[in-house]
This record gives sequence, C-alpha cells and structure tokens, in this order.
Amino acid sequence: MNMRLAVACRAVEKDFGRGATRIQALRGVDLHVPFGELTMLVGPSGCGKTTLLSVIAGVLHATGDEVKILDERVDGLSGDRLVQFRRQNLGFVFQQFNLLPALTAAENAAVPLLAAGLPRKPSVARAAALLERLGMGDRVRAYPAQLSGGQQQRVALARALVHDPRLIVCDEPTSALDAEMGQQVMELLAAHAVHPDRATIVVTHDNRVFPFADRIARMEDGHIVSVTAELKEHVQP
Amino acid sequence: MNFVALRMLTGDRAKYIGLIFAIAFSTFLLENQSSIFAGIMKRTTNQILDVTDADIWVMDKKTLYVDEVKALTDNDLYRVRGVPGVLWAVQLFKGQPRAKALDGTYRVVIMLGLDDASLVGAPTRDKMLLGTVDDLRQPDAVIIDRVGYSFLFPRQPLALGRTLELNDHLVRIVGIAEASAPWGTFPVMFSRYSQAIKFVGRERNQLSFVLVKPQPGLAVQELCARIEEHTGLRAVSSIDFAWQTVRYYIRNTGIPVNFGITIGIALIVGAVVAGQTFYIFTMENLKQFGALKAIGVTNTRIVGMILLQALTVVAIGYALGSGIAGVFFTITLRNDPTRGMVLLWQNMLGVAGAISMAVFLASLLSIRRVLVLEPAVVFRG
Repeated sequence: MNMRLAVACRAVEKDFGRGATRIQALRGVDLHVPFGELTMLVGPSGCGKTTLLSVIAGVLHATGDEVKILDERVDGLSGDRLVQFRRQNLGFVFQQFNLLPALTAAENAAVPLLAAGLPRKPSVARAAALLERLGMGDRVRAYPAQLSGGQQQRVALARALVHDPRLIVCDEPTSALDAEMGQQVMELLAAHAVHPDRATIVVTHDNRVFPFADRIARMEDGHIVSVTAELKEHVQP
Repeated sequence: MNFVALRMLTGDRAKYIGLIFAIAFSTFLLENQSSIFAGIMKRTTNQILDVTDADIWVMDKKTLYVDEVKALTDNDLYRVRGVPGVLWAVQLFKGQPRAKALDGTYRVVIMLGLDDASLVGAPTRDKMLLGTVDDLRQPDAVIIDRVGYSFLFPRQPLALGRTLELNDHLVRIVGIAEASAPWGTFPVMFSRYSQAIKFVGRERNQLSFVLVKPQPGLAVQELCARIEEHTGLRAVSSIDFAWQTVRYYIRNTGIPVNFGITIGIALIVGAVVAGQTFYIFTMENLKQFGALKAIGVTNTRIVGMILLQALTVVAIGYALGSGIAGVFFTITLRNDPTRGMVLLWQNMLGVAGAISMAVFLASLLSIRRVLVLEPAVVFRG
C-alpha cells in the first residue's frame, strides 16, 4: 500500500552525556506516520518515547540517516528556519499543559497566532471561536488557575489547533487527568486533529486511551519493537 | 508578543512589585546621595561663585582652596593692576571672626571685606531682602545673610539696625541678603575692606584675594597667565578656583568616601535585588519560555520580550524613585540647613544610566538561561 507519510524517521539515534555517563536514548529508530491517522508511541518509562517525540517535533537534534517531517528534512534545518517550520506546521499538547498563567484561556490558545505576528484582537477572537467549538465558550476569559485540569488541556488543545497545523504532537495528554477527563480530551483530539492532510502523534502510558489510535508503535530500549493497527471502536465520528 | 511579555511580568504581582520597589529604592538612594554630595561640594565654592563682578581671583601661589588663605601684601594689588589687560583689580578680605549678639548668642561668621570704593563682591540687587549695598558705606555697617540672621536672632523678624559685637567692635546691620549656603553653617557677612580687617585678629598682611576684571575682548585664561608671569602670584578664573576648592575637599576629607560607600551600596543592593528578583522571575517562567520556543517563538523575539520586561520595570521603578527624590528635595529646599541642595538633572541622567545598566546586566543572565534552554524541556514532566 502506498501511504502518504507525515513523518518518516530512518535509523534515528540520539545520545545524552559523554564517556561513562553516556546514555543512548534512541538506537536506530525507524518510524513511519501516515497522514490522516492518530499514531501512539507507547512503551515503558525511559524507553525513548519522549526523546523520539522531541526529535520529530524538531525541538531536539538527533543523528541518523533521516528525519523527514511533512516532506521536509528537519535534521537539516537550523536556527530560525526550524523555529519557523515548527510555528507553521506543528501543534503541541504537553503533559503539564504549559499554559501561561497570566493569560486568559483565549489568549493562551492564541499564542501560536501571536508568535506568527498576527494582530492580537483577531488572533484572540479566532482562538475564542475554536474554544467555543471545543465546549469552552463560557470560559474563554478565565485564567488557567480558574480552570480544571480537563479544561486546561482543552485550552492546550485549542492552542495546538488554532493555527491549523499539519502535525500535532502530544506528550502524555491524559496523564494529569482523571479517566473521564482523559476520555473527553482524547475524543476531542481524535475528532479535531485527524484529517486527511493532518497527522497526530501521541506519546502515552495510558492504556485506556489506546482504542483511539489508528496505529500503535511500541518502543523498548530506544527501538521500535512493533507497530500495530488498532480499531477506533470508541471514537464517535 | 509584547503584550504576552508584559502580562507575564505583571502576572506575578509580588515579584513585579518587588522589582519595582528595588529599582525605585535604589534610584531614590542614588539620586538622593549623589545630589546631596554635589550640593555639599557646591557649597564649598559658593563664596567664589557668588562674586559675579570679577572673572579672575588672584592669590598666593600656594593657596589650596578658598577657605585657607595666606594674605597678600597691599603692594600685590598694585602689581596686579599694572598687568596689561587688567580692566580693574580690587581687594577682597576673607576672614572668620566671631559675632556675638547682645543676648550672648554667638557664631563664627564668614566675613567678606569688599573694596571700599567699588564694593565688588557684594550681594546683587535681587539678593537684597532689606537695605541696599550702598548702605555699607555707613560707619560700622555690615550686611548679613538671612540664614545667618536667624542663627544670631532666632525666631525674630528680619529688621535693620540690630547690633552685633565683632572683635570688640560694635557693628550695625544695614542690610539683609540671600547668600548661597556656605560650607558648614556659618553666617555670611559683608563689610567694607577697611572695616573688615579690624574684625579679625591683626596680622601684618590682611589682603586675602585680588579680584580682577579683564579688559573687554581679552580672554580670562590669557590674563591669568599674564598676571602669574608679572607677579608670581596665582591667578585663576572663578570657575577654575571653584573646581580647585572642590578637588581639595574631595582629596582631603572623608566626604566622598562616605557618599561613595552609600552610593556604591545603593547601586549594588539595587542591582543585586532587582537582578536576583528578575532572574528568579525568569527561572520560574523557564518552562513557559520553553513552551513558547517549542511553539515557534524565535530566540530574538524572546530576548526582545525579556528586554521589554526589564525596560518596563526600570522605567516604572526609575520614575517612582525619581518622583520620591523630587519630593524629598522639594521639601529640603525649603529648609535653611539644606537649602541649595537640588536634584540635578545630570545626576538623574547618570542614575538612569547606572540603573539601566545594572538591570540590563542582570537580565543578560536571564537571557542567557533562556537562550541555552532547549525547547525539548517542555516534554519532560
């Protein structure tokens, strides 16, 4: 089958430290993430999931044959070109949300637009409209401290989607949430982040959310040990 | 992203106020101490700068400053007058007799004996509060400065005709004038030269200074050189003599050391407290900066955000500190003991530069931490 690939990693390696303290986090990882799918990276702690996600997101440099994201060799990009690539093409959802406490929900969700140099008012309005679609219409002016964990992650999701990126990377998006909130966030992620020209990668430990995946890549000791397709039986279209 | 930077700054109220307070406090202390120091140094020169008629002061060549005088001979006056280019030259006596009021109150005073004919060095017309300078021509007449009057006649209204005893001579106050505050708190008195020399212990020579006016078109420095060449005396312009006096006090008293220590401490405390608070503020926001970097904010933009935050706290803190210093000097300007001490714009400018530099250097540490921060930090729980 000839799939269009959002992410193509070949023999990716990453070391931390030197000499006796050297740790090889990635040992020749090969990974293909097709467009239109939600791919999960799973595996035990310390197996290299987050390192691989960081490399794919272009926030960590790795060595190896090739890291191709959205048909662009990100391992060949540097400095402002890499930052610009991330800003235009990637959306981020973090484990700890990483919302700016001094900004309202709508302002937080508008940060990628502001970073791209768009004016404040239309950016915040666009972010507020997206929050409304995510069921947060009555909380757009609330500050992160006034929101529940689930609501904060929805704001983070809005921040990841607001600039319509083609690749969304999520690091443990449900680990700080209870089961119900986790389900809600994954439903939103699956509904909004998966389109034919988009791809989503989720790093997770949470096996309750596995059914939301189109594809699950299992990692151990810096390797991808298996890639399996899953039925998205819990996801409502 | 500017509004994001400002909201991040003001979001943590306690640190924001702490930063502003540290900078305001440091600004106030620096402007206050440097301006008081400048005011005190200016006081050492006020008897020179108050003489506006003459441009050149001639004195013994070993004279170090205005308050320590070796008398010249009367003949020196005539020798100066004989120098080509001198329009006029007059004598000036400066001594420190003790003045005693009838009720026993006494103060050492600065007595300026003015040339009997011209009265060069007398208070200008606009400085006279009561009486006129010409009244000095009366027998045993003196003009006293307002603050000196209030020292010798406390809580009494300004009035002419009151008498004082000076070295067994009874003198009568014929004028009261404003005089620039002298070094120390001595009252300032003016009298004719011929009278003034009688008010202090008799020495063989009494002439303290010769005051000189150059002919029109002749440069002051050139005439000074001529006088020195012809007489062997020292001749300097008023402003040079004032600076010579300031330098004497700076080199030979503990004043600059005292003020210097306070100014140094204010600068260090201000810089350290503001810098540390700013650094902690950045460190606590490191993860947020990491998220911004990951999302796609460039390093240049983040440096701009941090500098904007630094500039904002400097501007607000500096404005507050300067405002407090302004109020302080407005109040002290009205008090006799601290009169003449003003907040100098030069000091404000210098303090602005020093405070900006201190906070800028502190923010460089923060900038460095953010620049070396890998955006991948946001993926670490």
